[in-house]
Amino acid sequence: MKNNNLKKGVGTNFTNNDPDEARRFFRNKLKRLTNKVTTVYEAVFKLICDGDYLAIGGFGGVRIPVAPLHEIIRQQKKKLGFAGHVSTHDCQILAAGKCFNRCDAAYIVGLEARGLSKNSRRLFESGNIKITEWSNAALAWRFKAAAMGLPFIPSRVMLGTDTFHYSSAKEINCPFTGKKLLALPALYPDVAIIHVHRADVYGNCQIDGILIADPDIAKASKKVIITTEKLIPNSQIRCEPEKTIIPYFCVDAVIEVPYGSYPGNMPGEYFSDEDHLNIWLEKEINPDDFKQFLEEQIYSSKDFFEYLEKNGGLKRMRQLHMQEHFLDQEGKG
Amino acid sequence: MKYNSLELMIVVAARNLEDGAVVVVGTGAPCAAAMLAQRTCSPNLIIMFEAGGVGPLLPVMPISVGDSRTTYKGIMATTMTEIIELCQAGYVDYCFLGGAQIDRFGNLNSTLIGEYSKPKVRFPGSGGANDLASLCWRTMIITLQTKRRFTKKLDFCTTPGFFKGGDSREKTGLPPGTGPYRVITNIGVYGFSKKTKKMMLLSLHPCCSLQDIKVNTDFEIIIPDQYESTTEPTETELKILRQEVDPEKYIIGRE
Repeated sequence: MKNNNLKKGVGTNFTNNDPDEARRFFRNKLKRLTNKVTTVYEAVFKLICDGDYLAIGGFGGVRIPVAPLHEIIRQQKKKLGFAGHVSTHDCQILAAGKCFNRCDAAYIVGLEARGLSKNSRRLFESGNIKITEWSNAALAWRFKAAAMGLPFIPSRVMLGTDTFHYSSAKEINCPFTGKKLLALPALYPDVAIIHVHRADVYGNCQIDGILIADPDIAKASKKVIITTEKLIPNSQIRCEPEKTIIPYFCVDAVIEVPYGSYPGNMPGEYFSDEDHLNIWLEKEINPDDFKQFLEEQIYSSKDFFEYLEKNGGLKRMRQLHMQEHFLDQEGKG
Repeated sequence: MKYNSLELMIVVAARNLEDGAVVVVGTGAPCAAAMLAQRTCSPNLIIMFEAGGVGPLLPVMPISVGDSRTTYKGIMATTMTEIIELCQAGYVDYCFLGGAQIDRFGNLNSTLIGEYSKPKVRFPGSGGANDLASLCWRTMIITLQTKRRFTKKLDFCTTPGFFKGGDSREKTGLPPGTGPYRVITNIGVYGFSKKTKKMMLLSLHPCCSLQDIKVNTDFEIIIPDQYESTTEPTETELKILRQEVDPEKYIIGRE
């Protein structure tokens, strides 16, 4: 059964997958209960450096941390690396700011059923971005390996395809059955940014609905920035500890940002603003129009609240809340 | 009752999902087919989404495979790894993928057109497609049939079919017994020959001819002596599709 003719991908491994280096780092993370509440500006300014490798929580247009993403492009961070793990609107924002030069790509440049992002495509077709290919589960498992403190995790995906060829995975033989498996290197991001439903000031987080890869991303990343719809007291966390998805000792910064996933969907809270997302896609067709759009929407806004105001403010948020719950404007189901 | 080819494709796809099966779907036509199946032939169809949604009773078509519709009245909201691990463990009967470049062995390209180092067109990449087509027992593909899509040689093999045919899929290490099962297009329904794993006509749609297949395919599709004629959509199927599944005509209006 054993096969000695084992292949390996030709893609670059952008991050170090040595678990012992990560262990030393995690050992020194602050474990005391400390109030970590800060501002979006401060968190992005202090915790994200040019050249860092980022992981974004959520699912592209669902439960995404839009406020820090806007702040990253306002602060003109450069040469970032980026896990393109179903990155749709998040990829679109970072591409708009030309913030990254390398990307682990499982799903990039598209917005699922909404179509493709012209501006992201221009960037990825320029040849200026270094790309290593993956599948969605491969990236999710790479985070899981890191969260488990292992240098790699075996899997049975990607075998035989060009997706494997342009990845940095390696074929191995199972030491027990001899079967051919694909070893996926652990992925330890420098910084994770995750939007959650509720968190306390220390960073204990509760999430409603699907979790995607966020519990693993939080444990795998050296620094973690949390934006939350709502700050809750620590006593509430301690009343229902089974609801804690991310424990505080993984977290470095907490910011309360209501409607922080807008224009994305926030399960149970508000639906995505499809009109706004379609305007983004349309504006991207002409680079000059898009430049002006970004100036109006993001660069000239001093913070995320101003962006929300420009797009209909509370009235619009209420409509999206109704839409999320299939209610009409009188609030009836 | 009149119908367009997308409506026909979705109806045919829905009939292929038997009651009690487990299927992971993407957005668009695959999702519409699963919703129609749940409302017609397969009330116990378990629909799953790669982002973490399990067993929803879909009220409307999701826009994202992770939006809150994908857990509406569902049985579980979990992680992506848990969904794909269920596929890897053998629990999932079908995955249902949408349009891309396809070759005669059911290999798919959703990554790029042109050269890898400087592509002419960059598409999203695998997403969950490679995972699902590697691990689910049967891969269903629903796509429009044109010469450009049904190509002799993919620019990039994103997602596994039967590779070069024969036993080449199992030799790569992918789980035995998995692979492409049906390709549903606007012209017909195709399967794959048992031994060579080449694409083969199973059923030709009404008003379509063998000539249509030839004109719209860049490779040779096996035409067996006997093949079926696709049963037309019933009034009930069309009514449910139009009124309940896709009233906004997101998918069926694309023609």
